[in-house]
Amino acid sequence: MINIIWFAMLASGVLAAAVQGDIQLVTRATIEGAEEAVKIALGLIGIIAFWSGLMKIAEDAGLMKLIAKLMRPLTRVLFPEVPPDHPAVGAVLLAMSANILGLGNACTPLGIKAMEELQTLNPNKDTASNSMCTFVAITASSLTLIPTTVIAFRTAAGSANPTAVVGTTIVATTASTLAAIIVDRLLRKPYL
Amino acid sequence: MISIINTISAWAIPVMLIGIPVIGLARGVKVYESFVEGAKEGFATAIRIVPFLVAMFVAIKVFQQSGMMGVITKLISPLTSIFKIPDEVIPLALIRPLSGSGALGVLASILETYGPDSLIGLMASTIQGSTETTFYVLTVYFGAVGVRKVRQALPAAVAADIAGFLVAALIVTLVFSG
Repeated sequence: MINIIWFAMLASGVLAAAVQGDIQLVTRATIEGAEEAVKIALGLIGIIAFWSGLMKIAEDAGLMKLIAKLMRPLTRVLFPEVPPDHPAVGAVLLAMSANILGLGNACTPLGIKAMEELQTLNPNKDTASNSMCTFVAITASSLTLIPTTVIAFRTAAGSANPTAVVGTTIVATTASTLAAIIVDRLLRKPYL
Repeated sequence: MISIINTISAWAIPVMLIGIPVIGLARGVKVYESFVEGAKEGFATAIRIVPFLVAMFVAIKVFQQSGMMGVITKLISPLTSIFKIPDEVIPLALIRPLSGSGALGVLASILETYGPDSLIGLMASTIQGSTETTFYVLTVYFGAVGVRKVRQALPAAVAADIAGFLVAALIVTLVFSG
């Protein structure tokens, strides 16, 4: 499916550019996209290295296992395939907490750490495991409770009540996360 | 409630920064050596995601700048009007899963054009806050571990985007248009 979406975006874009008679924009957009991708990856190096270092200390101190044990009831339901005392559980929970708290920079490195832990349990290294799909779908559904960036933008735009959308955001976020969990469960078999 | 969560958010990282090494030391971990070893792995991870990001960003840029985004907006419009969703927020819903900075740009222009406290402004704010940069998350998370077949993660994440968008539009209309 990702192959089809990727190709469709490229092909329809090239087609649209050709129809408009501005085919050069494809080249410009390609270079711009490639450069931006590397820029983002480079920008991530420091912060990923930092969080990986900190998480390594936590792991060596046995903290990941402790967190995993504390949250066992929740993770047993969401990630039944992960052994309850495996470090992956702690990593997944830390990543989700960072997302819930809206800790911007911490989310991606912690999420990657969790994926690396889940990958150690994955028998088929180039194919996503059920636990990975659940974790990524939940993360991609947005877990943020307080949309700090949106509140800042609303304030900048001169809103009389910038935080007015906090309640509606929590309702919509909950709905999207539930949708992610349900669809992930329903499609497990067809995608085996 | 909000101020409590804001306070927790502000303190979370400093507390972890001090707390984790303190617990490590107490448990006899060589904290500096552990940190460097972990950071080394993190460096390799950041490099590993480059090809995945390049593939995704090139496709997104071509799609966006060619005006295909605008065409899709027009195609979706009859569908969203069933749910009484204003056309003005469709571009935001389309760009949100693809580009974080792009979505913020669209949000800023909506807030400026229609006002942050208008129904459209409130709806756009809620959509932005309750959805994620889905394709970035998918690309980076799976790219970091070299997984190419992402299975149901993609449809589940897209379903979440659609649900978030529809519920955001619905709840904002219910709460604010009275």
